This record gives sequence, C-alpha cells and structure tokens, in this order.
Amino acid sequence: MVKPTRVTNSIRALRFAHEEMTQAALADRLGVTRQTVIAIEAGRYSPSLEMAFQIARVFGVGLDDVFQYPDEGSDSTKARTGPR
Amino acid sequence: MSVQEKRAWIYGVTAIVVPAVYFAIVLRPGTDVDTVAYVRPLLLALVFGVVLNIVIDIVTSVGAPKDAGRTDERDRQIGRLGSSASFYALSIAAIVPLGLAMAKAPYFWIASTLYLAYILSAIASSAVRVVAYRRGI
Repeated sequence: MVKPTRVTNSIRALRFAHEEMTQAALADRLGVTRQTVIAIEAGRYSPSLEMAFQIARVFGVGLDDVFQYPDEGSDSTKARTGPR
Repeated sequence: MSVQEKRAWIYGVTAIVVPAVYFAIVLRPGTDVDTVAYVRPLLLALVFGVVLNIVIDIVTSVGAPKDAGRTDERDRQIGRLGSSASFYALSIAAIVPLGLAMAKAPYFWIASTLYLAYILSAIASSAVRVVAYRRGI
C-alpha cells in the first residue's frame, strides 16, 4: 500500500514503552477513534499539529521524539528543527 | 471498521440499490416514456433512500454505541473530501438534464437524469470516503 505521507512516527514504540498502552487507551486520551490512532501509526494519516503535540504530551516527550521527517536524499529520519 | 466508515459504505450501497429498484420498476420492457407514471415511484425512491439510510445508520450505531457519536479531525477531513467529490460529480452530471430540458426532451428523461445526477454525487462521496479510510489521506 502506498503511504500518502513521508512522515514517520514512533508511536508504537512509545506505547510499548509506556506500560504497553493500548491503541484504544491512547485514542481515549486524545479524544479520537481507535481507527485514527491505527491510521497515524501506519502512516496513513498525518495528524494536525495540535494533535501531534497532544500525542507528544501523552508520552511526555518532544515532537521530534514522536514524529520524524526524512531529509531530502538521505536515509536520516530525524527531523531537523534547529538552525543549520 | 469505524462507524464513520460503515456510514460511508451504507450511503454508497443505498445510493446504488434504491435507484436500481426504481429504474427496474419504472423502465419495464415496453414502457412508453411519454406516458409512464414516474412521479410517485420517483418520490417514493427519494424518501425511501433517505429513510433506509437513517434506519441502517441507527442499527449500526446501536451495535457500537461507544463510537457512534465520536468523530475526530480525520473523520471531518475525510467528510470534507467526500463533500467536495459530491459537489463536482453533481455539477458535471447536472449538465445532462439541463441539456435535455433545453432540447425539450420528455419530462421523464429530465427527471430521471437529474435523479441519476444525485445518485452519482452520492456514490462519488461514498467512494472517496471509503478509499480515504482504506488508503489514507
């Protein structure tokens, strides 16, 4: 299946690191459907900036630790947010 | 499958089944379109399509009461995509009955093609929403 976004994420790993939080529990925390959490995890939906911050807040980490965007022409998946 | 995706499927299926039954009843072999009594069946098809959608929607919601009222930003975004597809489909398909009216075609064909335009817009909306739920946006 073609993923409509290049944004990748670590939500699955973060869920397991947080007492194996279920997708349903995360969905309840965010006020969204479980299907939306599944779609975000699978890279089939890019959440709004607001929801992205909410997800990061649930796990108590920064946005960069949850979402990554690959640099052009490189395999790096870490987003670069600081000055170059 | 989320309740919203089920609703998209229901909308699409009723948009195909109801008009199929309507045209099967009205356009029986040997029908004279100049004299065919299509008004009552067409009105019934329109009302029945809406009622059927509501009834199936309620039954689906009863099956998953927790998720029935819950919509989020993804549902709303997909809903907007569906509305957009519906608008374009209706805008294009409405050209046919407009042309038929200008050509002074029988009322039956004008009404039927306009009904088909509504059907096409409903199918377009449903298809876009289902694909968006399945493939992602």
